[in-house]
Amino acid sequence: MPAGLVAARMLGDSPAMSLFLIVALPFLGAVLPGLMIQAGRRTCFLTTLLTTAAAAIGLASHAPAILRGETVMARLPWLPELGLDVNLFLDPLGFMFAGLILGIGLLIITYARYYLSRDDNMGEFYSYLLLFQGAMVGIVLSDNILMLLVFWELTSLSSFLLIGFWKHLPEGRQGARMALTVTGMGGLAMIGGMLILGQIAGSYDLSVILTKGEMIRQSPLYLPALILILLGCFTKSAQFPFHFWLPHAMAAPTPVSAYLHSATMVKAGLFLMARLWPVLAGTEAWTVIVSSAGLATMVIGALIAIFKNDLKALLAFSTVSQLGLITFLLGTGTPFGAMAAVFHILNHASFKAALFMTAGIVDHAVHSRDMTRLGGLRRLMPITFAIATLAGLSMAGIPLLNGFISKEMMLEEALHTTLFGTPLLVAVVAGIGALLSAAYSFRLIAHTFLGPERTDYPAHPHDPEPGLWLPPILLMIPVIVLGVAPFLAEPFVKLVTGAVIGPGAQLPKEHLALWHGLTPALGISAAAVLGGLLILSVQRPLARLWDAAPRPEAKAIFDALIGAIVAAARLLTSRLHDGAFTRYAAIMVAAVLAAGLHAWFTGSGWTPGREMLPVTPAALAAWAMLVVASASLVVIHRNRLAVLVLMGIIGLMVSVGFNYFSAPDLALTQISVEVVTIILLLLALNFLPNRSPAESGAARRLRDGLIALAGGGAAAALIYVILLSDFPAASISDYHLANSYKGGGGDNVVNVILVDFRGFDTFGEIIVLGIAALVIYALTETLLSGPVRARLLNRGYEEDRAGDAHPLMMVVLTRVMMPIILMVGVYIFMRGHNEPGGGFVAGLVVAIAVVMQYMASGFEWAAKRQRYPYHGIIGAGVLVAGLTGIGAWFVGAPFLTSAFGYVTLPPLEKFELATAMGFDLGVFLAVVGAVMLSLESFSRLGRRAGTEVNDHPMDIDPSRSARRTDPMGQLDAPAGPGHSADRAASNQAEES
Amino acid sequence: MIDIALYIALGAVGLAQLLAMARLVIGPHVGDRILALDTMVINAIGLIILMGILWGTQIYFESAMIIAMLGFVSTVALARFVLRGDIIE
Repeated sequence: MPAGLVAARMLGDSPAMSLFLIVALPFLGAVLPGLMIQAGRRTCFLTTLLTTAAAAIGLASHAPAILRGETVMARLPWLPELGLDVNLFLDPLGFMFAGLILGIGLLIITYARYYLSRDDNMGEFYSYLLLFQGAMVGIVLSDNILMLLVFWELTSLSSFLLIGFWKHLPEGRQGARMALTVTGMGGLAMIGGMLILGQIAGSYDLSVILTKGEMIRQSPLYLPALILILLGCFTKSAQFPFHFWLPHAMAAPTPVSAYLHSATMVKAGLFLMARLWPVLAGTEAWTVIVSSAGLATMVIGALIAIFKNDLKALLAFSTVSQLGLITFLLGTGTPFGAMAAVFHILNHASFKAALFMTAGIVDHAVHSRDMTRLGGLRRLMPITFAIATLAGLSMAGIPLLNGFISKEMMLEEALHTTLFGTPLLVAVVAGIGALLSAAYSFRLIAHTFLGPERTDYPAHPHDPEPGLWLPPILLMIPVIVLGVAPFLAEPFVKLVTGAVIGPGAQLPKEHLALWHGLTPALGISAAAVLGGLLILSVQRPLARLWDAAPRPEAKAIFDALIGAIVAAARLLTSRLHDGAFTRYAAIMVAAVLAAGLHAWFTGSGWTPGREMLPVTPAALAAWAMLVVASASLVVIHRNRLAVLVLMGIIGLMVSVGFNYFSAPDLALTQISVEVVTIILLLLALNFLPNRSPAESGAARRLRDGLIALAGGGAAAALIYVILLSDFPAASISDYHLANSYKGGGGDNVVNVILVDFRGFDTFGEIIVLGIAALVIYALTETLLSGPVRARLLNRGYEEDRAGDAHPLMMVVLTRVMMPIILMVGVYIFMRGHNEPGGGFVAGLVVAIAVVMQYMASGFEWAAKRQRYPYHGIIGAGVLVAGLTGIGAWFVGAPFLTSAFGYVTLPPLEKFELATAMGFDLGVFLAVVGAVMLSLESFSRLGRRAGTEVNDHPMDIDPSRSARRTDPMGQLDAPAGPGHSADRAASNQAEES
Repeated sequence: MIDIALYIALGAVGLAQLLAMARLVIGPHVGDRILALDTMVINAIGLIILMGILWGTQIYFESAMIIAMLGFVSTVALARFVLRGDIIE
């Protein structure tokens, strides 16, 4: 059913944007900034802003329905067989997250406009940012968990691009790699967990999975699924012990840190834990794993944050700590914990994004983020000071600011939680966490803005333009309003909490309020604030102790671990891939042999199902020739040219054999391929010595010989067995024979298979062929533009040279042959559909006709007369074939469906026209282009210095010397025969 | 009657093919080998045509034509390589 219909029905009459569009808008918009940057930074910025704003308005159009407690669904089947459908749904939880992503996105885009310097490529930045935004919105709106995984990986990839945005900074690149490794590995684990979850529930749709909580918790696979999914969530949300990547991701531009690493991406893990809360939470395992990981992260992150001097590093670890707090709340598994978590997600997003932005402002104005070089900025940067103080105090948990309310709720929850059978343990740890949080928040304010003004700032501090301070100021509105009047947020928070805990559970009765009376939580809070102030006063001596104490450095451990893995992988691959082809071949043959022998001896035995055909003298002779040719090839294999000649026989005899066994199509192809191969190999021989050196000793040669004999013998035995067996299943040949004319309109089954039955394969193959030719071209270009060029040009010749470069006989012969060969090419092409032939063979034949001209009159001469670049011919071929296939769409048939009919043109007999011919034309063009491009590239590579460029097709031309007597022919004289003969003589004199 | 003639012809061309093959393997010079290969190409055309007449079908005509038309290109390329060291100058 079309998605719009479902959405409209669920919404009643109110118009609302399709969920698909909300998710698609950022992705569609991602191409715009890159284009719009041509029109200036302002246009680029506005385009990005409007794209996000459009998505945000689309989201807002659903607000009435969401606030009424409805859920909006949009469905689109994609791969229903795999359970992978583009199903989206919007409930209060998704609405809150999508609102955060798009709302803060708007502020960040504005902030980045003023933050990025002229040297930064703004278009690229905004493109990445929109990609990321789309992926995030996709995660929070996905109904299908497989879709969710796709978006999940997309956030990892796009954040990789964003963290490494400053490609010139090694920290940026390393941080980006580390983030990608950690979150990517987590994502991999999560794929496993999600698949298990889907298997248990019998559906990959969240809306179904969420109703089967009891069944999933009872399943024996619950624990593996839980652990795998949590690995994904913990890595993404930087929970201990995977917290280390987040601080290193701070090498990103500050808007990225503010957006990804405080407000959105790191919350994806929290979102998923909240999303799957009704299914996964409520068990012992969940509580123990999640809440202890959360508590550990909260304390460790906060402790490290106190001793970081870099503003952004401090904020990074404070984010780690705050994420730990939320994880702990989700881990308790109670509705009240969920409510506190939801509220703190909102609060944290507001104050942390603002704090990152002020850190960016300070960096921008003072050119330093090092707190040992800052201090005393409160008078110099009053606006920044005000914002940072408000946000910082909110983070510390000071009353009348929103951070206080949710922190109070967290302590309340901690008092009611018991872990490991020890009451008060959680409360004490949570209290320590709160205390350390207060300490780093105070330190952030005190060491940046308070204290005496200094004279040695790296740059003169000043408040920035409004574009930089307006976004964080807007974020201060919720910080203050929700701090003073938390009840304003209560309906919405409870709505979201309801979505987290599921419809069956009881909503908590507690209210969001500033004053709950003199509770134990308030006591802990007060103690934490006082303790925080105390730590601030002794921070400097403590920091000296901290620096002196040995502690594990996460980056060093990570690098060592990665180094060890790489070394282990290298140990294996260097054994398997040491660059010697003989080794690869030996490993491959031995492995195939072992597998084949295993299959043979464990199989069900074999009885011949057919009689041997009689051995005719002709067949015996041909067989003998093949054997002798192969055997002599082994004997003389060091003489490369002789090997080529012998290969010529093998090709020739094989094509005679194809004829003998009634396969004229294959024979035609074999013959033309043979010629092209010889030419290509001769061109390659240009760069190789004529004899290949002996590199291996007798023992190794014996070993390799034995492996080769075994492999060859096994192949022969296998063929013998197959030829004497009946087909294990009915052959498809009969189907092809029966349908070739009916379905494809051709009598030649081989051709109909190529252009119709398996047309899609052929289409893929001509593309691969074209790519291969382009790669040869690209390699040639690279070699010719590098230092190898000089060596290539100055190669000598191994042997003496004789004769003309462009002999008369050859030029005349090839010129006469060319139209004949072209005509034969046309003939073979046209008859291909009904009789042996077709585009492939015709392409080879025509390519040979053209390459003959290169051989006869030289590269330059022929290249000058070739008007269409071979890349273009390849491209035209692929396009023609593709367009023919697409043509079928216009009559409502699937891609590459062919049609045929009969046409009568008066002087001709009635003939058949099939669309397959258009497709075959594409094959023809692609083959001509690919063969010519590779041959041309090789011969360009093989050119030597001192080769004279000839203006005439042949060196000795009797007609030119005849003309020399008449005055008009004077111009030709210098290149005349006399000159040419002199040159040939002098060439030989030089070389001898 | 024609069959007997065809069998004799097939035998003769087949023998010629074997002899050319022997020359190709013996050599001793690369020129001998190239000439032997060229002879074998001509013989192959003969074999294919004879088979076609024997079996009364025209379907092998194209193969023979293509070999006749393009077979010489390999010979020329090999000869150019031996003489000039480069096949496209």
